Amino acid sequence: MDFPLLAVLAATLTIATPLVWAALGALINERAGILNLGIEGTMYAGAFVGFLTAVTTGNPYLGLGTAVVAGLAAGALMGLLTVTLGVNQHVAGIGTTLLLVAACDFTNRLLFATGTQQAAASFERWFPGLGVLAQYPMTFVAFLVLAPVLWWVLRSTGFGLRLHAVGENPEAADAAGIPVARTRYAALMLGSALMAVGGSFLTLSLLGSFTLDIVSGRGWICIALVIFGRWKVWPVVAGALLFGFTDALQLQLAITPMFSGVPNELLIAFPYLVVIAALAVWGRKVRYPGAYLTPYRRA
Amino acid sequence: MGPLAELRGITKTFGAVVANDSIDLRVLPGEVLALLGENGAGKSTLTRILYGLSQADSGSILVDGTEIRMHGPADAMAAGIGMVTQEFSLVDTMTVTENLMLAGSGLGRVNRSAAKTKVLEAAARIGVAIEPDAVVGTLSVGERQRVEIVKALFHDCRLLILDEPTAVLVPQDVAVLFESIRRLTADGMGVIFISHKLHEVVEIADRVSILRRGRIVADVPAEGLVPAQIAAMMVGSADRVTEPEAGSAADTVEAEALATAVGLEVPGAGVEQPVAQVSRSGVLDIDRITLAGTGKPLLDEVSLTVHAGEIVGVAGVSGNGQTELVSVLCGMTPASSGAVRVDGADITRLDVTKRLRAGLGRLTEDRRGSVVLNLSVEQNLVLEDLDRFRTGPFTSRRRIKEHVAGLMERFDIRAKPGDPIRSLSGGNMQKVLLARAIAREPKALVASQPTRGLDVGACEYVYSQLRALRERGAGVLVISEDLDELLGLCDRIVVMVSGRIVGEVLAAGTSREELGLLMTGMTAGAGAHS
Repeated sequence: MDFPLLAVLAATLTIATPLVWAALGALINERAGILNLGIEGTMYAGAFVGFLTAVTTGNPYLGLGTAVVAGLAAGALMGLLTVTLGVNQHVAGIGTTLLLVAACDFTNRLLFATGTQQAAASFERWFPGLGVLAQYPMTFVAFLVLAPVLWWVLRSTGFGLRLHAVGENPEAADAAGIPVARTRYAALMLGSALMAVGGSFLTLSLLGSFTLDIVSGRGWICIALVIFGRWKVWPVVAGALLFGFTDALQLQLAITPMFSGVPNELLIAFPYLVVIAALAVWGRKVRYPGAYLTPYRRA
Repeated sequence: MGPLAELRGITKTFGAVVANDSIDLRVLPGEVLALLGENGAGKSTLTRILYGLSQADSGSILVDGTEIRMHGPADAMAAGIGMVTQEFSLVDTMTVTENLMLAGSGLGRVNRSAAKTKVLEAAARIGVAIEPDAVVGTLSVGERQRVEIVKALFHDCRLLILDEPTAVLVPQDVAVLFESIRRLTADGMGVIFISHKLHEVVEIADRVSILRRGRIVADVPAEGLVPAQIAAMMVGSADRVTEPEAGSAADTVEAEALATAVGLEVPGAGVEQPVAQVSRSGVLDIDRITLAGTGKPLLDEVSLTVHAGEIVGVAGVSGNGQTELVSVLCGMTPASSGAVRVDGADITRLDVTKRLRAGLGRLTEDRRGSVVLNLSVEQNLVLEDLDRFRTGPFTSRRRIKEHVAGLMERFDIRAKPGDPIRSLSGGNMQKVLLARAIAREPKALVASQPTRGLDVGACEYVYSQLRALRERGAGVLVISEDLDELLGLCDRIVVMVSGRIVGEVLAAGTSREELGLLMTGMTAGAGAHS
């Protein structure tokens, strides 16, 4: 049998792209001490708002822009709940996800009640015919710009140090004159914008249309990836690639005659099982950020 | 030379409590000012105001003669004021250099190598070695404190506030710290030094300011002061102080200071104190208690009787079975063999609640572990007595309120019933625990390290309460590492070594040296008193 390795690798990069965007967004949030379970809803909102704009204007770049705005707004909402009001982060995050998913579905129902969705203007692949390199623009940006820049920002800038400090020991950050609340808002809004871009990749690049439950748990996978990658940029990217590879593999196997006897459901579950196994092996003795889940109030 | 910094008429109130009452304070360049006061006297509030962590209701802060408006620590730092608190403000997962870059660097690119050079320079200035790339979490407490001082120097600090810097240090590190302080003051820096250890104050300070109930009650040169005088000024009874003889060693002087302070409450404490011991009946009877460990036993046939109207002390180097003994007595660890009786009733197999009911009170060494930190003062005070305030399944709010108000009045707990207990100072928290234990009028009280971490006034208070309990006919067992405390408080002292009681002495007529000898395990010829 001829195994189409190149095709699987190309698919790996494509599948990993939204995960890289959203997981790095979650990483920024968690570095600042906030578990953002609004990620699933934020990705959903990014996907829907981006699609809506692209349909209306015919311009995918504008769609990307409005997705970013939606992400900033979702981040600000999480900030209001967890930073200003000090609400439990699990509750705030799940609430945000439920709210955003329901709001998008509701709007979708109002606008496209007939069920006939138009196809949106979407991004084209760059370098078609160049094998693995035939990818959407946001894939190149994710791996070649976002990840290295974020790595550098976290490591070598004052903003990176501040994020680390407010997530690890906000009392110390406060004593050093760092505005803890503002830094956490910034982290939430920036991170959520990245999540929304990840979500919009699904509509603006991958499918060119919006379907219900389009994110289908990718946000939750990203939460797991951040733990798996221990809040470090490159390990998180590696985790996204691992998930992307297993997903690409199962998609390939599903259309390979030799595996036709294997139930499709089992194949679909495969990447998720790999993530659970990876977390069980490497994710047990992790050290969470010191101020994880903890709102900061001056004594 | 004008003052480096000056506080004028600083007043700060929290509700009805006046934490700082029109305080004037000045620090000169090159001077170490010791700021003293009991817990809750207002030292922390004052330093927090000076460092911009809280804002005064009225009054002004002047640095170099110019009034400074403080909105946060950043303003204080900009004015040249630095602070090192007991809880270090360091991010454990970052390196020394990264921690020091945090303050003052903007959002953009940071210059690591320049910062590293600055770290090394600052370390050289205070005369210590610091590894700039070491992760802070791997450093010792003394090293972290040095990093904190270097951090202050990073921002051209000229007035350094050290809040109980020696509380966490081993003696060698204290020596290093004092050397650093001397180097800095020689450079013209001003230092505000807060400590409860009076012999240290005498050693390092140039001037002493004493706060009591939010007011400055003394501001005197340190030259020629002895700890006893300072202690007296702190608790506010200078007239009763007797001059200790000159030339005594620092720790003896401190012991005298403490004893003097203790003596203020109960004049003629110790030797001449008439012991209200009438019957020879044991209220706490420990009968050959053994606790198996891995290898040799943690407690080896410990037998001890505490009689009614008697305070018995347990001395020993820490880790010789004292913690285990308390744990067995309180019902946290079941003994392997032996029996414990309270007033004749066997409590060996009883759980904690039943032990309390049998008349055993306890004051454990882990203060914060003995309260429920998230509950209020009121809730903590009645936690062990809820049955008394219950009608069916409901508790009576009114009766609890009355009971708590009575206790807070009687034990002088300076807080509101609804305050979360975590907000209380160590001394006040201990008063809550004392109140809870003593309110039940226990027949026997086990008090482990009852004054650890408390200031002079609070220690004195605990002693007076334990003595009063004895006068009422209870037996008290005090476990402590502080020999002066045991000698001053107890009637009888037993010494534990390796889980065994190796000697017993009467407190009267026994010296620290004799006790110390027993604690090293040299039993021969000792313990003949009993």
